[in-house]
Amino acid sequence: MSTKKVEEIDHVAIRFAGDSGDGMQLTGSKFTETTALAGNDLSTFPDYPAEIRAPAGTLAGVSGFQVHFSSSEIFTPADNPDVLVAMNPASLKANLKDLRPNGTIILNGDAFSQKNLEKAGYTEDPRGPLATQYKVVDIPLTTLTREAVADLGLSKPDADRCKNFFALGVMYWMYNRSLDVTEQWMNAKFKGEILEANRRALRNGYHFGEITELLPVSFVVPPAKIAAGTYRNISGNQATAWGIIAAGELMNTPVVLGAYPITPASDILHEIARYRNFGIKTVQAEDEIAAVGVAIGASYAGMLGVTTTSGPGYILKQEALGLAVMTELPLVVVDVQRAGPSTGLPTKTEQGDLLAALYGRNSDSPMPILAPATPGDCFYVMLEAFRIAVQYMTPVAVLSDGYLANSSEPWKVPSVEDLKKIEVQHPTDPATFRPYSRNEETLARPWAVPGTPGLEHRLGGIEKENISGTVSYVPENHDFMVRLRAEKVARVAKSIPPLKVEGPSRGKLLVVGWGSTHGAITAAIRQLHGEGCDVAHVHLRHLNPFPSDLGEILKNYEKILVPELNTGHLTLLLRAEYLVPAQCFSKVAGQPFRIGEIVNKIRAVLAEEK
Amino acid sequence: MSAQPAATGLTRKDFVSSQEIRWCPGCGDYSILAQLQKVLPELGIPRENFVFVSGIGCSSRFPYYMNTYGFHTIHGRAPTFATGIKVSRPELSVWVVTGDGDGLSIGGNHMLHVLRRNLDMQIMLFNNRVYGLTKGQYSPTSRTGMVTKSSPQGSIDYPVDPVSFALGSGSTFVARTVDVDATHMQEVLRRAHDHKGTAFIEIMQTCVVFNPTEWDEFENRKERQTTTLQLENGKPLVFGAPGALKGIRIEGGVPSIIDLADGEDPVSRGVAIHREDLESPAYAMVLASLVRPEFPFPIGVFRAVEKPVYTDMLQIQIDDAVAKRGRGNLEKLLNSGQTWTVQK
Repeated sequence: MSTKKVEEIDHVAIRFAGDSGDGMQLTGSKFTETTALAGNDLSTFPDYPAEIRAPAGTLAGVSGFQVHFSSSEIFTPADNPDVLVAMNPASLKANLKDLRPNGTIILNGDAFSQKNLEKAGYTEDPRGPLATQYKVVDIPLTTLTREAVADLGLSKPDADRCKNFFALGVMYWMYNRSLDVTEQWMNAKFKGEILEANRRALRNGYHFGEITELLPVSFVVPPAKIAAGTYRNISGNQATAWGIIAAGELMNTPVVLGAYPITPASDILHEIARYRNFGIKTVQAEDEIAAVGVAIGASYAGMLGVTTTSGPGYILKQEALGLAVMTELPLVVVDVQRAGPSTGLPTKTEQGDLLAALYGRNSDSPMPILAPATPGDCFYVMLEAFRIAVQYMTPVAVLSDGYLANSSEPWKVPSVEDLKKIEVQHPTDPATFRPYSRNEETLARPWAVPGTPGLEHRLGGIEKENISGTVSYVPENHDFMVRLRAEKVARVAKSIPPLKVEGPSRGKLLVVGWGSTHGAITAAIRQLHGEGCDVAHVHLRHLNPFPSDLGEILKNYEKILVPELNTGHLTLLLRAEYLVPAQCFSKVAGQPFRIGEIVNKIRAVLAEEK
Repeated sequence: MSAQPAATGLTRKDFVSSQEIRWCPGCGDYSILAQLQKVLPELGIPRENFVFVSGIGCSSRFPYYMNTYGFHTIHGRAPTFATGIKVSRPELSVWVVTGDGDGLSIGGNHMLHVLRRNLDMQIMLFNNRVYGLTKGQYSPTSRTGMVTKSSPQGSIDYPVDPVSFALGSGSTFVARTVDVDATHMQEVLRRAHDHKGTAFIEIMQTCVVFNPTEWDEFENRKERQTTTLQLENGKPLVFGAPGALKGIRIEGGVPSIIDLADGEDPVSRGVAIHREDLESPAYAMVLASLVRPEFPFPIGVFRAVEKPVYTDMLQIQIDDAVAKRGRGNLEKLLNSGQTWTVQK
């Protein structure tokens, strides 16, 4: 057994970085799985290039996975990793700027050949100079992995492919983790020599940690003190998919998903396609327009129609969404936003589609809009979206983003009993049925389903007369209907719970966030509260309509700061709606906010002269 | 053909909606509406199970005039909405009504995919070779050289042939009929309905305002004997007036016309026998290549083959998943995989 020193620490952030073919996403997610089961709070951030395999060894091909774990509550993957695992010079070069001062670099010394250094743009080997500023742990990962699997008769490429598990083994030793969970996964995933090779690489990595003089200390991060219950690790896309499945169960109505593959939303389609045993029908459509068409057709036929996409696809769906607005059919459309315009940065995050979701259709075409705050919140936001869609007979947009989609966090598994069941009603009485009659409270029209005798009626994109639902070109009717559709969406606000303000209920500064910025803002606010700063935070999950109490809350602060990953969409809306001097803290770098950026901005705003 | 349909007691009147029809007087659409309203009561399907789905264009007003469920959607996308409806409720009888612009221009992509997926539905494409609702521009089926407001010097687009397009897309049922031949259209509509799979019907339809002479040579019954080739399964490809019959030979995939003497057996002269059930669409493609004025224009069923339909295969996957894993259980799903418990 190792007789090395063991230190207890509160939290640590590790970034695994390598070529996109080095298996860094897998390595990171296996480390995360084990860490989650060890009971730490955690937050992850995969950051990978759009190209599946960019030229090996180049900066363009670097793929990274950051995992932050802690014995106390955390909200983000951390601004600066404490440890950087770099599988080659390019991944060192691409990630070094983020590493915290005096941080640890664990690198594959075998990869630092002259050729690889050149590919990464190094004119000289950086390892020597870096050792003066960081703890550099130089391990010949390739050599050690080859030795570990030498007698298995694997080809060199196959043997070398195991080196990520050697690195993972080293990290497991460093943080006193069990190998069990990863080995169980290996047993199910691999067979024969490949299984044995991967297992040996993992174990040898661990033993290397025990015996090497390069690593004198290992660390323990005790379990976090979080609310009792059953937990699992969940990503935003997985939570979105499960929210869709759950909506079907809670509404006792089959789900039909129409989708076309698009980064970073495809995983929602993949996940749901696995669950045909819930009676769910997925249609991989020929394009984005067809995908929403299938979903609207399904809604017309009485199912829960849903379509999932990212920005470019969302824009293609807009005309069909207008039809759903006009025909007042329930529908949920998920936009996993990515950096644009156009193809933009397909694998990078942004919040740039808010105004498009709100105003991107022809004419006045109002739709409720929601945004999840955390990966786990995607589950609940989907339930909320379906509730609104069905109760108000309207399409609803959900704005997730690339960061939420791929990040993961521990998620307290809800009890199905605690999830609210929602009753879906379809009319059956021909005597009282009118296609555009109104529910007095919600203004919803009835959801009549083909196959119901006596309720035969025609829907369509041409303006309809209220109540009767027949085609109408009467000017007064159109004016009335435009306002009625707006009023219907406005009434959704009555069903939204009051906002929670974190911090003083009135004062100098209110930070208003929406969507995935929740983690960074929350962490920044907690840090500043610790320093006694007069700042409050309110986070919006409902972007249209705004919660009824938002206007009152905004009035209680001298200044309003809106951090968002665009150039000021929510800021514009708040200024227009409430005539408040909201100022935007904008970032459009394809990356989420760092806590430090928000802390500094808030400090600067607080320090401004009035 | 299916068994004798169950009596529903429905009549033509049950399918007439209260909406005032707003097609131009003399429009070919009236005939199509009338034939369909005649055929539907005979199909043994309750009225509430019919759904008509359309896109945009003159043809796409169709659902408003049918007293069934109807969905007038957006330009070119009717097949996508129809797919969603059929996937959701396979028991419904879904009919897509489209035109040459809606179905083959803006909606060409969806037409390709709905045909290859073989959903069990009927697609009626009204082909008048012109844009009507936007007042007379050339369409993707218009002849090259057609002079319109948007092509004052003549269109320089080569046209697409709807039947070839459908065959190329893998459609399991492809037919062509003409608005003025009520009996023929009714028979084709019945056949299309009875076919299990996507049934594509091109209907030559006259736009009396913007392209009134397009189908003139098919207008009267007598002229149709020489200008059309009536396709009948198992029968030789013979056309022409009595006393001046002609036959179509197909040699090496190349069609040619031969004259037939009175009482002569066309088969012994090498005239091809129509086979709509051939697995390969190659023969039907040759038929589709027969165009005026060199050849008679074929009408009838080009192809009718059986192939598993999308919704059946989807249901098999659902049943299979339930059989293997049991009906999905949300509580189990949420707790599946790796979880851990935090004690109080």
